[in-house]
Amino acid sequence: MIEFSRVSKVFDGRKAVDELDLVIPQGELAVLIGTSGSGKSTTLKMINRLVEYDAGTLRFAGEDVRHFHPETLRRRMGYAIQSIGLFPHWTVEQNIATVPQLLHWPKPRIRDRVTELLELLHLEPGQYRGRFPHQLSGGQQQRVGVARALAADPDVLLMDEPFGALDPVTRAALQEELRRIHALSGKTIVLVTHDIDEALGLGQRIVLMEQGRIVQQGSPLELLTHPASDFVRDFVGRSDIGIKLLALDRVADRTRHDEAVGGEPIASSSTLREALSAFITRKVDRLPVVDEQGRPAGTLHFCDLLEAQA
Amino acid sequence: MSPPLKGWPKALWRVAGDPLPWSFAALVALTLGMPALRPLFAALFPELDRPVYQQDSFAALVMAHLSMVALSSAIAIAGGVLLGLWVCRPAGRAFRPLFESLLAMSQSFPPVAVLAVAAPIIGFGEAPALIALVLYGLLPIAQGTMAGLDSVPASTREVAQGLGLDTWQSLYKVELPLAAPVILSGIRTSVIINIGTATIASTVGAKTLGSPIIIGLSGFNTAYVIQGAVLVALLAITSDQLFGRLEERLGAWRTRDATDAGAARFVQVSGR
Amino acid sequence: MKIHHPVQLLLVGLMLASAWGLPFLTHAPNRLLTGTGIELAALLRGERLWLLVPVLPLLMAPFLTPLRKTGLAVAIAASLWLAGLTWLAGDEAARLAGGPDSLVRTSFGGGFWLLFILAGLQANDALRRLNGPGGRQTLAQLAVYGPVLWLLLSGRLEALSVLKEYANHRDSFDLALWRHLQLVGLTLLPACLLGSALGLLTFRQSRARGPVFTVLNIIQTIPSIALFGLLIGPLAALGKLFPASGLAGIGLPPALLALTLYGLLPMARGTLAGLQQMPEGVIEAARGMGLSPRQRLLRVELPIALPVMISGLRVTAVQAVGLAQLAALIGAGGFGAIMFQGLLGSALDLVLLGVIPVVVLAIAVDALFALLVSLLEVTPR
Repeated sequence: MIEFSRVSKVFDGRKAVDELDLVIPQGELAVLIGTSGSGKSTTLKMINRLVEYDAGTLRFAGEDVRHFHPETLRRRMGYAIQSIGLFPHWTVEQNIATVPQLLHWPKPRIRDRVTELLELLHLEPGQYRGRFPHQLSGGQQQRVGVARALAADPDVLLMDEPFGALDPVTRAALQEELRRIHALSGKTIVLVTHDIDEALGLGQRIVLMEQGRIVQQGSPLELLTHPASDFVRDFVGRSDIGIKLLALDRVADRTRHDEAVGGEPIASSSTLREALSAFITRKVDRLPVVDEQGRPAGTLHFCDLLEAQA
Repeated sequence: MSPPLKGWPKALWRVAGDPLPWSFAALVALTLGMPALRPLFAALFPELDRPVYQQDSFAALVMAHLSMVALSSAIAIAGGVLLGLWVCRPAGRAFRPLFESLLAMSQSFPPVAVLAVAAPIIGFGEAPALIALVLYGLLPIAQGTMAGLDSVPASTREVAQGLGLDTWQSLYKVELPLAAPVILSGIRTSVIINIGTATIASTVGAKTLGSPIIIGLSGFNTAYVIQGAVLVALLAITSDQLFGRLEERLGAWRTRDATDAGAARFVQVSGR
Repeated sequence: MKIHHPVQLLLVGLMLASAWGLPFLTHAPNRLLTGTGIELAALLRGERLWLLVPVLPLLMAPFLTPLRKTGLAVAIAASLWLAGLTWLAGDEAARLAGGPDSLVRTSFGGGFWLLFILAGLQANDALRRLNGPGGRQTLAQLAVYGPVLWLLLSGRLEALSVLKEYANHRDSFDLALWRHLQLVGLTLLPACLLGSALGLLTFRQSRARGPVFTVLNIIQTIPSIALFGLLIGPLAALGKLFPASGLAGIGLPPALLALTLYGLLPMARGTLAGLQQMPEGVIEAARGMGLSPRQRLLRVELPIALPVMISGLRVTAVQAVGLAQLAALIGAGGFGAIMFQGLLGSALDLVLLGVIPVVVLAIAVDALFALLVSLLEVTPR
């Protein structure tokens, strides 16, 4: 879907992006991560031509992005940034309708789409449609930002630190939301963040950047188990790599379905990291597991956490 | 601001504490009813033969004053907004410092000086007055436009671009509406200055509400001076209040749930 | 050649256009007749061609690489060119002057004014690149006009009609200058005290903010001439009641009162803004350390608010210089008196004699306060 080959960008004589090679296939959720100044935001903005690249080629849907009219290109890509990006003088409805209006959708269709998106993001349409951004909480604003990016059913969703300004609880809720939307819609999503936990939690592919180059790319598991250098090892968190590995897998993957024990159960959708925490606080070595409907699903053994990762 | 009131006392306080209805009513009443106050002025100034200015009707003077301000302000708004927009665009950005020095320089030029220099060169009458009014009115508007556009956060502009709005759409759908309250407060300043400068324009032969003041000052007729001065003051206050109301309107998205109108008004006062 | 400075290019273009398109001087046999224009090109003969030397760097300015050195060179060239233009006008006026009783009048033409302003702007733009601290910038900007000032004081311009008017009105000019300074000075003191007190009040009592600023704003809205007029009646009445007070409807008292009232808003606003930009927690900390309200005000709040307060005072002062121009209409004198005298006689030179000093005064006052603010801001707190 998106192909970078030897793409470079120079700002004031300094290479912000240096001969970047990267392929993001259709339907993937790719996370660009790095310290500030690593070129991750520039890389994202080159995709919708907010920043024009200087050298190499950058293709979208098989065609050089330069062959598209910038506005046409951008309307095919949803774009979301930190919550300040909502237009403060427009209501929630007008904000979400921005791109459909630019594309001259008929009014009833726009209205239906807004309703659909508000419901998708768990905002009661009747209540929130007419509100102004400053009347919403930070988390709600960000939900509207995501809804606006999705409005015209774009081929790609570009997100620049979308959850950067949120508190940890709201952030976790929205990450869960994004995972759900990705699973539901199968859209290609490119997300920029500096938070390694967000990257490990969301990304199918993680692209770690430093000084305009890719240091390592791969699945979260690859980054944690086979860091390419000390830099990567430091970045993913040297001392708690084990904890982070546990966070990649779900309780359901290790449950022994033929056993049953008593006690307070844990949900099968929880991560193994949460399970570890439960073992330690409850001082037990077995936990009963329940599925989403709350029915008993088996038992998780403490020793099964040690089972080698693929 | 005031002790918490409820019901009709609150409604009454709101109307009574608002200068707009008062000044507007006083302006209309005095414009039409000044001759009726003749006994009052006669009693206050017994030494005057003619205690009420009668060369022209006050209604005609108010109209002349307003039309001069309206014409010059219209030209100044068009020119000022375009100039302000231009120096905030990539094409004109290099000229912004130059433009700002010109603005700073002209600030030290009192409006009456523009008038006084223009009159001997292009002759007396309305023309020099209009030129001075336009030139002087241009500056605050251009300044307001620049300040307004500067107040739009860069991230808002970027996201507008990122969503696929072209430069023009971003300007008139996002940037201008967001900048509108600040631009309007520049226009407000400009119009108020122009109402004052138009008053002085009667020294170069334009017929405005300044005529009774100037004639009164040179003829030691204090009654004329007061009649002209009261009307000009009311005209300026009423216009200012009207603009204040309009600014609140345009900036409604900012203060939609701020119920204290006084607080909202203060934001604008201090923002100027 | 690469254009580094589109601004300089525009200025150079305008410079060439006004040198050719507009008369540099106007010349008339006496003050009643309309003058005939004299082109700049007609004046540049023989040795006077040396005057064109500083024009070369000015013409090259758009193409020079942006460096400190080149900026400084352009500014110096502009300064010399300003002096050259002025000297040329004075020299030609002296050549055309005739005998001591001659009524011949030579005045600056539109071309001179435009060339003067454009050269000033070129210097301004060039100096902007020097990036010094604010105070030094201001001084450099003023220094550009040094040579012109020297020419003026040296008496080489006396044959020009503006200076002839000055010679004719010397006494009233000095009086006007003194009176104008008096008006501004006597306004600043009460406006500063009252305005900052109001600012402090509205900072401490946020309930008072709305009413105080509404009233000050309404005062600011009233055109100055109307306010002068409105004060005549009450002050005249007071003067009659208390003859010993020296109050009167016209003259200094209404002018000072009006100027003070106008000065309140910028001063109060500056004080409030200065106090509001105080870092959060500073007052808490001061209170926590046991400072009394008075000590808090004098040792913490006022020192922190001072630069912004001075900016408010700067607005008040510059505004007062301009508004004082109108005080002449109610008999308070000042440069306005000379300007209106010229206006009534349709004598442009006399008008200029009343206007130019006010503009210079406003610029000087503005620069003075800018300097003061920049000094206060670099002082480590």
